[in-house]
Amino acid sequence: MTTTVSWAGLAVSLLLVAVAAAISWWQRLGLQRQILIAAARALAQLLLVGVALTLVISPGRSIWWSWLWVGAMVGYASMVARRRAPEVPHLLGLALASFTAAAVVTLGVLFGLHVFPLTGRTLVPIAGMMVGNSMTATVLAGRRLTDELRDKRDEVEARLALGQPSRQAATPYVRAALRAALTPQIETTKATGLVFLPGAMTGLILAGVAPVQAVLVQAVVMFLVLAATATTTVVIALGLVRRLFTPDHRLAHLPAPADH
Amino acid sequence: MGERGAVAFGFDRVTVVRSGRRVLDEVTASVPAAGITVVSGPSGAGKTTLLRLCNRLEVPDAGAVSYHGQPLDKLDPLVLRRRVGMVFQRPTPFPGSIADNLAVAHPDATTEELSTALQRVALDPGLLDQEARTLSGGELQRMCLARTLVTQPETLLLDEPTSALDAQPKQIFESTARELAAQGITLIWVTHDDAQASRVADRTYQLRDGHLTGAPTEEVKP
Repeated sequence: MTTTVSWAGLAVSLLLVAVAAAISWWQRLGLQRQILIAAARALAQLLLVGVALTLVISPGRSIWWSWLWVGAMVGYASMVARRRAPEVPHLLGLALASFTAAAVVTLGVLFGLHVFPLTGRTLVPIAGMMVGNSMTATVLAGRRLTDELRDKRDEVEARLALGQPSRQAATPYVRAALRAALTPQIETTKATGLVFLPGAMTGLILAGVAPVQAVLVQAVVMFLVLAATATTTVVIALGLVRRLFTPDHRLAHLPAPADH
Repeated sequence: MGERGAVAFGFDRVTVVRSGRRVLDEVTASVPAAGITVVSGPSGAGKTTLLRLCNRLEVPDAGAVSYHGQPLDKLDPLVLRRRVGMVFQRPTPFPGSIADNLAVAHPDATTEELSTALQRVALDPGLLDQEARTLSGGELQRMCLARTLVTQPETLLLDEPTSALDAQPKQIFESTARELAAQGITLIWVTHDDAQASRVADRTYQLRDGHLTGAPTEEVKP
């Protein structure tokens, strides 16, 4: 059985947006306008994506359209990461490299080893989850490492002054940044199924897929997200170290966030 | 190292510009290898920058620095920094015990070598397993000196190392430094404390507004 939502059903669900807006009005939060704009924007974006996806992954369409879509997602996610953390130097290029590396690793495993068949219908959503879920960790890792190296500059330079190469001098701060960026994802993975039912699984069950099959897909998605966050954060962190130190092992000037 | 007459550092028209300001302005000077050379001057005069040039934590915008006649930019910075150690104004303990801190400078050092490093700075070798951050300010600064000594440097750069210390720990640090100089280590000591300069210096140069005075500009003869 496949569950579908009619246009009338969608219209009824707008009642839920009205509930949120009403609570804002009742508590005088002044957020009604923002709630309505956010809901309208999300709906418009989703409809647009739905139309575009229908074109991209419709049967008979070349898989290259799906790859193009994945490339666009990676590019857009890199720009979003750059905008969210302007204090992290060179983030655009590094995010681009990190999402690409994560795509090679995760899509390579899932499609190369035939966990999923390689079609537009599988490639686009899998890549979307990979990019979307690892973006927060990417920004977190970049921001944390930049903060660590700036705030602990004395300590870093003391290590350099002892003759440590820049990569080695940065190691404790890289580890701290990676731990900080990966821990939330590990906690989420641990709590899955007990504390909350994740989106992919919920969506599949709602769409009428057998729960066990939905669970298997969700498990693969969780592992995909874990690998993607680990890959993107390590590429960001090691890439930043290369960019923030000079070839002769000096730490570059790092402006405070307020300077931006 | 440290022999009379030899020149440790040579500065040839060295200029450093930061945020549009000439922190060092065509400094030409030579620093002898023997004894303790004090560079004194008011805050912001460029003393720390001068010191940081010596182990290449900074590089000049113009001019050249040499060490024992070799241009610094021709030397491997990692090797140079082990030959030319630096102690910073604020003690910079790393996480972990004192032994962990010293091991950062020399991961393969034996307990005996680490104990010797502590003894050279008048710290009890029994402290090796103690958490570094529990030391007092004076002890912490001497631990940082010991950590630098583990690399067996020929030269020590001291950037106002006692500015945050009380009289007694300051005195201990000064006598430790004098002993190291007597052992043949070249010391370049930056301070704005004139009394300290007169206590420890074999010679004193003044740095003011980016200009160095009192320093010989040619090779020092025996």
